[in-house]
Amino acid sequence: MTDVLLKVDDVRKEFPTHSKEVVQAVAGVSLEVHKGETLGLVGETGCGKSSLARCMAHLYDVTSGSVWFEGQEITKLSRKAMRPLRRDVQVIFQDPYGSLNPRRRVGSIIGDPFAIHGIASGNERKKKVQELMELVGLNPEHYNRFPAEFSGGQRQRIGVARALALRPKLVICDEPVSALDVSIQAQIINLLSDLQREFDLTYVFISHDLSVVRHVSDRIAVMYLGKIVELAPTSELFGQTRHPYTRALLSALPVADPDTADSREQIILGGDIPSATNPPTGCRFHTRCPKARLDCTAEEPVLEPVLTDKPDHRTACFYPLTVGEDLSTAVPDLKAS
Amino acid sequence: MALLEVRDLRVSFDTPDGTVRAVRGLSFDVEAGQTLAVVGESGSGKSVATQTITGLTRGAKVSGTAYFDGTDLITADPATLRRLRGAQIGMIFQDPLSSLHPQYRVGWQIVEMIRAHDLTIGKQAARKRAAELLSLVGIPRAAERIDDYPHQFSGGMRQRVMIAMAMALDPALLIADEPTTALDVTVQAQVLNVMRRLQEQFGTAIILITHDLGVVAEMADEVVVMYAGAVMERAPRRDIFYRNHHPYTQGLLASLPARSGDRLTPIQGTPPSLISLPKGCPFAARCSHVFDKCSEPPPLADVGGDPRHQSACWLPHDVNEAVAS
Repeated sequence: MTDVLLKVDDVRKEFPTHSKEVVQAVAGVSLEVHKGETLGLVGETGCGKSSLARCMAHLYDVTSGSVWFEGQEITKLSRKAMRPLRRDVQVIFQDPYGSLNPRRRVGSIIGDPFAIHGIASGNERKKKVQELMELVGLNPEHYNRFPAEFSGGQRQRIGVARALALRPKLVICDEPVSALDVSIQAQIINLLSDLQREFDLTYVFISHDLSVVRHVSDRIAVMYLGKIVELAPTSELFGQTRHPYTRALLSALPVADPDTADSREQIILGGDIPSATNPPTGCRFHTRCPKARLDCTAEEPVLEPVLTDKPDHRTACFYPLTVGEDLSTAVPDLKAS
Repeated sequence: MALLEVRDLRVSFDTPDGTVRAVRGLSFDVEAGQTLAVVGESGSGKSVATQTITGLTRGAKVSGTAYFDGTDLITADPATLRRLRGAQIGMIFQDPLSSLHPQYRVGWQIVEMIRAHDLTIGKQAARKRAAELLSLVGIPRAAERIDDYPHQFSGGMRQRVMIAMAMALDPALLIADEPTTALDVTVQAQVLNVMRRLQEQFGTAIILITHDLGVVAEMADEVVVMYAGAVMERAPRRDIFYRNHHPYTQGLLASLPARSGDRLTPIQGTPPSLISLPKGCPFAARCSHVFDKCSEPPPLADVGGDPRHQSACWLPHDVNEAVAS
């Protein structure tokens, strides 16, 4: 049995809106993050992937449900009680411009974790910071520079250095390469995988870019409107896609290969993602699903294995795709028979 | 003659830190009914070039020519440009929310646009046309939604509104600057589909500016690859992907996660500053094939004797085979 580092149990996160409605950002998610793996979290804008990640890191208080880290429930811990655990769980954010204070020198930004946790000071801290800078591929002599003097890719390296300062066990990477150009993106992805190997890190890797997630992840969870619709080992998810939404997402991804682009049948979903304040009844995807049937509108499918001999491939769908099924010709049938 | 012929376009901006040479000698043709993709990373000059052509760059030093249907857009007076923009050249940008006025109904904005160019059309007729356009780009219940404000539309729907507006006067050329970059992939697929459909229906030429090689593979007929303000390689779509010549093109493709095995092969280093560019090839500092000759600027020359396929690199041009990919 693999070691569970972090466990999320039926977590819900709701946000109030001005009109007294409630946005259900995360609507009952359970999953486990195994030690040493990279768990990918994909989905489109507003699917709740970032909110879920913030619940995992206890940056948000959950509305209901629980989060466990190394067997200890952290859901209700106070800020003070949470502090020692902050060393173990770190976050790398998307925006390398917005997440670094422009008026502070890079050395002091990266040194913050040491200062906050009272670990090293003075010359010792400086030495540790310079080691970190070297580790992530920054020139340690640039210790006294300001963030504005670095490019986007270098800034993201600063974010990585800061997250790794205290040798965390779990790093939550929230769209860490989405703001970067493709040639720079590849540098950062390689850096993250080197560091994972060297320090035995566990990653939760959030991205809207399926090709990036496919490359880095051991397992992938696909989210839609606050729910996980499919969760599987990477090769299973791509090779044996079960959920119609996952298939549509894969098919919508532009491929940098003219022959494939010309020959494949694209599934183009109709409509927009429904509002999270008033999600559809039953299966949340039924309003856009090419395979939707009447019972999909009434009851909510549970995330469970399609085949009993593949318990780690779970899908929340009443009519999961069979092997080789062509979704591009499917038509929804919502009439009562 | 091509619909749009750009020759030796140069654009620079004076800043307190020095002169930023954003576009350095760009030439390309756009044929009627075809899609030209201009691909490059941040700062490659791909957006500045098209903004200059349509007269939207201020305070820039510009030289070169851009003949559109017999008119040089670079030297044209503002009134001529204003007449062409919208009527002959439609434009859509990355962020549809900031391109639409938040306090006016979308229908009103489209009507205004139609009436600004067509002085004979009546209000009711223009409104009817606006509703037709909205349903043409796939907005459901267009006749009702015409009276909604931009914030009542989702990102993908707003981009459709922008396309409707850009297509309102049946322009010969549509310039789309990162039109789907801010959209989710399933919505991106819808919007690209709308663009393809309209192109088939109306024979519109498209300049598609993008950083996404996947979008290029899906949409382009011809491709121009830009780096540090200059063209590195130009070719028909399949040549760019299967018979590319320039190490930068190869590096871009090799950086894609979908095209690699366990480990990605990034391009090392970062792009040069546009204020202090190297004398020779701008890509030399990051190129794995660099040799003595690269300290001189390489000219754009035919690859394998094909004038439609050109590369600005000193490596031999007679080998017409994929080197890396």
